[in-house]
Amino acid sequence: MLVMWAAFDWTNFGQQTINGLTIGALIALIALGYTMVYGIVELINFAHGDLFMLGCFLALSLVSVFGLNEAGVLATMPWWRILGPVLLCFLVIPLFCAGLNLAVDRVVYKPLRNAPKLAPLVSAIGVSFIFMNIGLFWGGAQDVNFPDLVAAAWPEKSADGERIQTGIVRNLLADSDTGLRFTVKDAMVIGVTVPLMLALSLFVSFTKTGKAMRATAQNPVAAQLMGINVDWVIGVTFLIGGAMAGFGSVMYALTLNTVGYQMGFQNGLYAFTAAVLGGIGNIYGAVLGGIVIGLVRSLGSEYVGETWTSALVFAVLIVILVFRPSGLLGSRTPEKV
Amino acid sequence: MAQPKYPNWPMAFLIAFAVFPLVPALDEWFFTFTNRSLVQQVPGMFIFGILTLALNAAVGYVGILHLGIAAFFGIGAYITGILTVPAYPFEIGFWCALIVATLGTAAFGGVIGIPTLRLRGDYLALVTLGFAEVVKFSIQNLDAITGGPRGMNPIPPPEIIGLPEPLFVDSIGFYFLTLAFLVAAYLLLARIERSRLGRAWVAIREDELAASCMGLNVGRLKLAAFVFAAGLAGAAGCLYATSIGSTADPNAYGFNKSVLVLCCLILGGLGSRNGALFGVFCLYGFDQILSPIIDVGFNNKFLPTVITPWLARHDC
Repeated sequence: MLVMWAAFDWTNFGQQTINGLTIGALIALIALGYTMVYGIVELINFAHGDLFMLGCFLALSLVSVFGLNEAGVLATMPWWRILGPVLLCFLVIPLFCAGLNLAVDRVVYKPLRNAPKLAPLVSAIGVSFIFMNIGLFWGGAQDVNFPDLVAAAWPEKSADGERIQTGIVRNLLADSDTGLRFTVKDAMVIGVTVPLMLALSLFVSFTKTGKAMRATAQNPVAAQLMGINVDWVIGVTFLIGGAMAGFGSVMYALTLNTVGYQMGFQNGLYAFTAAVLGGIGNIYGAVLGGIVIGLVRSLGSEYVGETWTSALVFAVLIVILVFRPSGLLGSRTPEKV
Repeated sequence: MAQPKYPNWPMAFLIAFAVFPLVPALDEWFFTFTNRSLVQQVPGMFIFGILTLALNAAVGYVGILHLGIAAFFGIGAYITGILTVPAYPFEIGFWCALIVATLGTAAFGGVIGIPTLRLRGDYLALVTLGFAEVVKFSIQNLDAITGGPRGMNPIPPPEIIGLPEPLFVDSIGFYFLTLAFLVAAYLLLARIERSRLGRAWVAIREDELAASCMGLNVGRLKLAAFVFAAGLAGAAGCLYATSIGSTADPNAYGFNKSVLVLCCLILGGLGSRNGALFGVFCLYGFDQILSPIIDVGFNNKFLPTVITPWLARHDC
């Protein structure tokens, strides 16, 4: 037993934890869109994952416009010429996703606001299929490579610190003796996600609109009677959720470097699982759930097997829901008579 | 008994589907311009109809938000596969496999239903969806047992005592066998709908709290519906695997199938048997039967006779 303990590769474990936290932060960004929309209109927005996928494709197209997608062009490009398009992506794609999400709400979900619950749910699945087919036309059936811009802008230095190794992203922990890799990509994901979540939390807690959102989530009819424009609040919710997915898609494309039309369904399912795991409707729950799912995914694929990752994620979900039926941070609401 | 004033559509459909294969000229005429035989295509629709009726018991009557019916369909198909393919020592034939598949799938339904059915609507939707994904990935990964992405084959055609040879899946006999199962499932649901159990289910759908106040054991009744749906879906899966002679690729039992079943049900109207079957007729008929025909027609007839000459005329 002691030998096994000693033989356990703690460095590898730490590395998988770092990877899991990065993926978890991305999943949490998508999960926020699910959980906020659910909190306000009680709708599982199945199209959200595919919105995220379309954001990735738009990022790819945008990067191609700047010629960053051509083979060999990245190696000689100075970092400041790469930074411009990346920042543009961070501006344009959240706007695009937010706008598209709002449009979907206005065109598809709004007419069904008072319909039985299953009708908007199935419409959401329909929108998801439509988006998936748009992605299929846009990017083709095969997964497409997204140029590794981060590695091109911040490449790894070699041991003497002089030459640079193209195509490998810089490891910020290279000088420490931990043996771990915490790359610029991980730093970017954490550095964008944490401020975004803080901003969202402050927005929901302290602004007037945020207060209106919380009131609407609690009771839409009462909120309307208090003079809150519920439709507007719902619109803002869809905008924010879409923007979060947009940020997520830019970072996903930049860190994982593959884009495909089916990624929306898979990641959307993970994100939705994260939202439910944390207690759907709860913003902090979505973040916690995202991190849990990210860790399960990364540690599971290391210690259980790559092919079992998805099964493991859902098994964890089922087990947690059996013991905590409202999710990790969800509050139990008593049935109204 | 008074005659209904409207035409009896379900009966008309049934008669049309029963008479159609008996007139070979009809199918031959269909074959000449589509290259497809309806007698071979339609049993798939009947099986899908059974699956939709199964989901109707859970979603339509009781209001359980069930997004994973395809998993039970797949479990039924794979149980049939394990029990009938020559690679395993069982080879018990179609009829025994059908019974075991139904009961085995129902048992799976019970195992997943007992701990999770107390969850609220949307949580339950995700759990059923997640369970379906777990089943799909497990089938895919347990290569040694299930054959992984290749599936298992050959699954033998059903044998009927008194008939000299088994009912091959492209025969009229198999067509009538699946039709008979569909009618049996339909009548079974009709009986249940009017029984104590069915009325209790509908009461739970209308108002769970009120139903429990009237002394109904909501938990057990929900479980009964869930297990019933699972078992019927397992039977449909057994028929499906038999109809294509293989368990197919595990992706055939994914989320898309669950959603298609749900869409059929919603299109036709939740809780209505006729509606469910009409939904299958419209959606499955369009998706699996009509749209390939349109494709073939477009590529073989429309493209060479209309589009290509037009393009040629305009120098493209």
